[in-house]
Amino acid sequence: MSNTNSCDETKRNLIKNTAYAVAGVGAVCAILPFIDSMNPAQDVQALASIEVDVSAIKPGEEKKVMWRGKPIFIKHRTADEIKQAQEVNLSELKDQQPDDARVKAGKEQWLVTIGICTHLGCVPIGGQGDYKGWFCPCHGSQYDTSGRIRKGPAPRNLEVPPYEFINDTTIKIG
Amino acid sequence: MSNRNSKNHLTPEQELETFKSIHLDSPPMQSNLIKWVDSRLPIISALENTLKKHPYPKNLSYWWNFGSIAGIALLVQILSGLFLAMHYVPNTKLAFESVEHIMRDVNYGWLIRYIHAVGASMFFVALYAHMIRGLFYGSYRAPREVLWWVGIVIFLLTMATAFMGYVLPWGQMSFWGATVITNLFSAIPVVGESIVNWLWGGYSVDNPTLNRFFVLHFLMPFLIVGIVLLHLAALHNTGSNNPSGVPMQSKKDAIPFHPYFTIKDMVGFVAFFLVFGYFLFFYPNALGHPDNYIPANPMVTPPHIVPEWYFLPFYAILRAVPDKLGGVLMMFGAIIVLFFLPYLDKSPVRSGAYRPWFRKFFYLFVINFVFLGWLGKSPAEGWYILASRLATMYYYAYFLIILPFLPKFEKTLPVPESIDQHYKKQH
Repeated sequence: MSNTNSCDETKRNLIKNTAYAVAGVGAVCAILPFIDSMNPAQDVQALASIEVDVSAIKPGEEKKVMWRGKPIFIKHRTADEIKQAQEVNLSELKDQQPDDARVKAGKEQWLVTIGICTHLGCVPIGGQGDYKGWFCPCHGSQYDTSGRIRKGPAPRNLEVPPYEFINDTTIKIG
Repeated sequence: MSNRNSKNHLTPEQELETFKSIHLDSPPMQSNLIKWVDSRLPIISALENTLKKHPYPKNLSYWWNFGSIAGIALLVQILSGLFLAMHYVPNTKLAFESVEHIMRDVNYGWLIRYIHAVGASMFFVALYAHMIRGLFYGSYRAPREVLWWVGIVIFLLTMATAFMGYVLPWGQMSFWGATVITNLFSAIPVVGESIVNWLWGGYSVDNPTLNRFFVLHFLMPFLIVGIVLLHLAALHNTGSNNPSGVPMQSKKDAIPFHPYFTIKDMVGFVAFFLVFGYFLFFYPNALGHPDNYIPANPMVTPPHIVPEWYFLPFYAILRAVPDKLGGVLMMFGAIIVLFFLPYLDKSPVRSGAYRPWFRKFFYLFVINFVFLGWLGKSPAEGWYILASRLATMYYYAYFLIILPFLPKFEKTLPVPESIDQHYKKQH
């Protein structure tokens, strides 16, 4: 090492650092497939759509169905409940969204939401709470008849899943 | 501060150096066979160093038993868990039944399962007692910062392991506990949702979740054993703290581990297993929740979800905050703040025994922590919410205000010259 000088050392460091960098990137790339293997598998993703017959749900009643392992609330709202949901002043809401953005036009009586509290994932109970929508027993979040968060720790409204009416009595979720 | 340089106020670096210079006498090895083995694989001399030559403060109280008790509790969990794993099935359709099969059909299955379930609680009793000891006697302070940090890592890993273990029986509390806790990560902005789906391996807590929780629950105790070895390695480098907080200065302050602490640890084990046996044979379900004997149902949340008792204080902090992300941050922060403890405590005196005001705040801290636990299992409504907020504030104030600023006002009591002097005063 008698002829070591700072120039050699700089070159050597460059080679070393390049080697570390390449090995590091390689290691990260090698980990990626394993991390991705923990994501939802193909068969889980494939089960992502169901059809539900809603003709038997009477006004004021709610049906729970399972979609992607989660409960879906299909609520047949009464005229009163629709009126309540539409007349709310938006500025009172934590997560501001008009009722007509949460239902299909002309099908205002049907409210379809994912029945999972947006706080920590419990299933709220229907027809309870100050706003007569849903009440979450876990940490006390309260939703109105449009499934919007009104009180409690939940940050967002009950999510509306992607769905469409195939005919007047059948909806396809997902 | 003027007595910083007097004998009982060594700087951390001086304390480490002094500790390294103390060697207790031990007779040399006798047998030629032992010498032959040891010169090729030095395990016997390693044991001899630890048990006979390594100095331990001679004034350690029974509070110093909880480390070894936590160690044996970990061993009990690993052994009982190993045998449970031979009968348990990590599948949503079979998990609950396989646990009942263990309870009813497997020979002594009931015993092994209750050992494991009660043992988890006992492990946390030992951990909390061990940590309270450290908090009172300033065991976290320089030069034992790394020792303390490694301990917190063990605490965190143990909490994660216990949480995943509680999911495995696939009862209602398993399922909804798993749902609530994994949903904590959905509070992370932008990527939260993807992280939660990744954790679940699906769009809700389901079979992939159960399966991976089982695998991780099996793996992590062995990781914990590894970290415990690091904890011990750090301990052997700094030496044990002691009730006086004064560092060991000479052989006069010290005794060897064997036979003194081998015997004393046995006493601790007997007491520990008496308490363990009391719960195990008379109240095996007292520390669990009856709802977990209802099979998991993703469509119905139980009216009142509570975690296991050892998580309740942190759960209360989570619920005290009306904002989702804020609550999650405050809850994790309650543990993260422990990492900063070595730098937050500014007192020139290490042991709480000589700090009259600190003691009062410390006892209040412990009572407040238990109170938080009680609030954690009460419904989140009415005055409970206000109480949770006040208790959460005190929890943080203890670390962030009292520990740093109290020393400015506190008049401490005289600290003994040495461990030897402290010991003689007590006996």
